[in-house]
Amino acid sequence: MLVIDIDATLGSFALKARIEAPASGVLALFGPSGAGKSSIANAIAGLLRPDKGRIALGSTTLFDSGARINVPPERRGIGLVFQDARLFPHLTVEDNLLFGRKRAQKHGTKDGLDVSPQQVIDLLGLGTFLKRRPGTLSGGERQRVALGRALLARPRLLVLDEPLAALDTARRSEILDYLAAIKATVDLPMVLVSHAVDEVVRLADRVAVVHEGEVADLGSTGAVLATPLLARLSGAGEPMAVIDAVSDGPAKGDGTLTRYVFPGGVLALPGAPAPRGEHVRLRIWAREVILASQPPIGLSVRNALTGTVRDIASAGEGICDVTVLVGETTLVARITESAAHALELVPGLPVFALVKSLAVDRFGGTVEL
Amino acid sequence: MLHVLTPAEWEAVELSLRVGLWSTLLSVPPGFALAYLLARGRFPGKVALDGLVHLPLVLPPVVTGYLLLLAFGRNGPLGQLLDDVFGVTVAFRWTGAVVASAVMSLPLLIRPMRLSIEAVDRKLEATARTLGASRWDAFLSVTLPLSMPGVLAGAVLGFARGLGEFGATITFVSNIPGETRTLPLAIYTLLQVPGGEGQVLRLSVLAIVLAFVALIAAELLARNLARRLQG
Repeated sequence: MLVIDIDATLGSFALKARIEAPASGVLALFGPSGAGKSSIANAIAGLLRPDKGRIALGSTTLFDSGARINVPPERRGIGLVFQDARLFPHLTVEDNLLFGRKRAQKHGTKDGLDVSPQQVIDLLGLGTFLKRRPGTLSGGERQRVALGRALLARPRLLVLDEPLAALDTARRSEILDYLAAIKATVDLPMVLVSHAVDEVVRLADRVAVVHEGEVADLGSTGAVLATPLLARLSGAGEPMAVIDAVSDGPAKGDGTLTRYVFPGGVLALPGAPAPRGEHVRLRIWAREVILASQPPIGLSVRNALTGTVRDIASAGEGICDVTVLVGETTLVARITESAAHALELVPGLPVFALVKSLAVDRFGGTVEL
Repeated sequence: MLHVLTPAEWEAVELSLRVGLWSTLLSVPPGFALAYLLARGRFPGKVALDGLVHLPLVLPPVVTGYLLLLAFGRNGPLGQLLDDVFGVTVAFRWTGAVVASAVMSLPLLIRPMRLSIEAVDRKLEATARTLGASRWDAFLSVTLPLSMPGVLAGAVLGFARGLGEFGATITFVSNIPGETRTLPLAIYTLLQVPGGEGQVLRLSVLAIVLAFVALIAAELLARNLARRLQG
């Protein structure tokens, strides 16, 4: 378990963060700039001392104002990667990579991630510039070195503080691929601080929404991203469903589609088929979902999922977001209020959610580099 | 253009270099500590300390020399302490010229050091901490190497200043041939003698060359280091 329960004063701004999440997978701290996300990251790493509260990772208490515990950053085992890579300019890439590892070896650190330099160099493609100095690297290369350096320091938790914010679009997607590769290959819990919803969609297993110095929402990625609050904060303007599914191979009778099974239903989607058994993440924007109270017939839409209405939230200007539970999966549909009235939608009502195959974005679970 | 120097002239040059080197060695460690304190410290009396350190720069050197004489003279408190603890006498000895040089060059030495410590990104130190480095380890492995250009520049500047120290030296340790008569004091002495102009000119050119070489060396070293630090 990662437990964060802290109060901190940051200038004139008060941060009250309460987060409890499993110490596995990726927890995203999502929210607009200036909401206090980075302060939480710094508090976890020990670079910011909260006024009071407690931070614990597993059975280790890192900070507890009541018990007067404040483990110094060098003994916390928290790998921190910043927006600006913060490589040591006087050391070569190789010496940067080994900076934390040497110290972990010197102190005989036993717990934390155990990877060899070669594994990290291969994973992040660092082999060609080991002897160079950080000043000669591109932004993306620097961030890869920073990631490698943090991974080699035997971290028990990797905290990524806006690791992509300083990069251009091409470099961003490149580093995003590397982050996905780290998540897939390395058994290490991570905290991702981000204000970009696509990063959260791509990487996060759980999301804590940090808004105006407080944790406004905390839950699985699918549940949190479907909320109107997130739609408002993300700048996307509408909520989305995020579904973790497993490929079941080509659809019967129609080889052009691949079936993706998730808890509660199946979606048949076109595009490059994913091999059977591969995990994928699907994103469906609320606007792309149609609701029907009767089983649809004679439509071009291939995917009709059965579920029940959980919640109807007005989004203003005569539109509303309807959250639909399809088994264990949350789907969200943006429809007009007039349509909601006509269908007599109320929580608990069984509905059919129609999803246009082409509107589903698919992210590979494992990324080929 | 340089004629062979007379033994007395060589003596003055050798003494100047010896005094300059020792004064640099003596003033760099406390200079760096003071520079670090002034760059990073937050404590009451910081402004006063800053002023005190820079005082030799603006005070008439004769006053500094007189104060040194009071403090380090045979009956001065610091002079007695040095004698008791280390068995070192500084009054009217070349070691006294070293002390005078060190005190006078301290402000010049501290400034580049302080600037380069201030230029070290503190986030890099924080990053080192998250990678398992203690405060001291982070200082040694990040702060110190990154502020090295300033340390070197300060040391060479201090050395050059020490070579030329005159006022405080002559007041504190007098003008004793072979003991405290450094290059500037030798030039001064020759100026008092009729017909010494030729020698004065030679020694002056020598002083200019020494100071110039030191400054150029400092600049080249700093550039070279800065280039290496930035990759």
